Amino acid sequence: MIESNKQPINFSLEALRSGNKAEIAAMVEHFMDPVYRLAIRMTGNEQDAEDVTQETFIKVIKSLAQFEGRSQLSTWIYRIAMNESLMSLRRRKPLQNVVEIDSEPADDQSEEIQIVDWAEKPEEELLSAEGKQELDLAISNLPENLRSVFTLRDLQDLSIEETAGILGISVANVKTRLLRARLKLRQDLSIYYRERIPREMQP
Amino acid sequence: MNQSKECRTLLHELSNLIDGTISPELCAELEAHMKECSNCRIVVNTTKKTIELYHQDESLVEMPAGSREKLWKRLELGEYIGKVEKR
Repeated sequence: MIESNKQPINFSLEALRSGNKAEIAAMVEHFMDPVYRLAIRMTGNEQDAEDVTQETFIKVIKSLAQFEGRSQLSTWIYRIAMNESLMSLRRRKPLQNVVEIDSEPADDQSEEIQIVDWAEKPEEELLSAEGKQELDLAISNLPENLRSVFTLRDLQDLSIEETAGILGISVANVKTRLLRARLKLRQDLSIYYRERIPREMQP
Repeated sequence: MNQSKECRTLLHELSNLIDGTISPELCAELEAHMKECSNCRIVVNTTKKTIELYHQDESLVEMPAGSREKLWKRLELGEYIGKVEKR
């Protein structure tokens, strides 16, 4: 579990705003890994994630004086990190239409739902090097608007409301996208494991 | 997968069921359905497992040491490398 979002964060906003270097360093240390994780999930590669993390903290530090504390510090930092990640994606794929609309209903299944009972497979197999590669591949294949919701809600452990606030979309929209993201990832992993489970164990 | 009305309701409410954000009545109804329908049971269990695996995998990701160092230097906080305790 990623716990940083759930713990009360003890940073002095006053010290941060006045440019106290030790306090700023403590904040950077605290949020460095969560921001990097968000960036690597969104951009899909280490170099871009490194750049996004740098740009995020540069912006955070520059704008601290204007941070009014109306949202949580973490929510504000993730919003900046998400924007930087999306800008990085657009720089890399300028011709791709990255803003997909939510035209499909949440439970629209354009392909047959895979019924493969792989949930009981041993953890060491599911999280083996090959298993992890499959997790990375499935998430990178998600459309960007589903990936951003899944990353904030299920990976960074933010609430539906915080996720909606960061992405500037409605709560209903977050729920729709979250369901689609979860179903799509489940489907991709089921297709992968279908080939790796003995036929007699399949329903 | 042949879907009954209950199967379709379950698929529609899957996220809410997993997140525990549905009414106790609907939850009881869906759980009763899952006892009868192995397909829905598998869909719920594998979706839960999917989320769990990503969560576990995520906690192992750390920023590489080289990238950390570059970050500290870029922020002109080089003197804090390795000296800040996590709060």
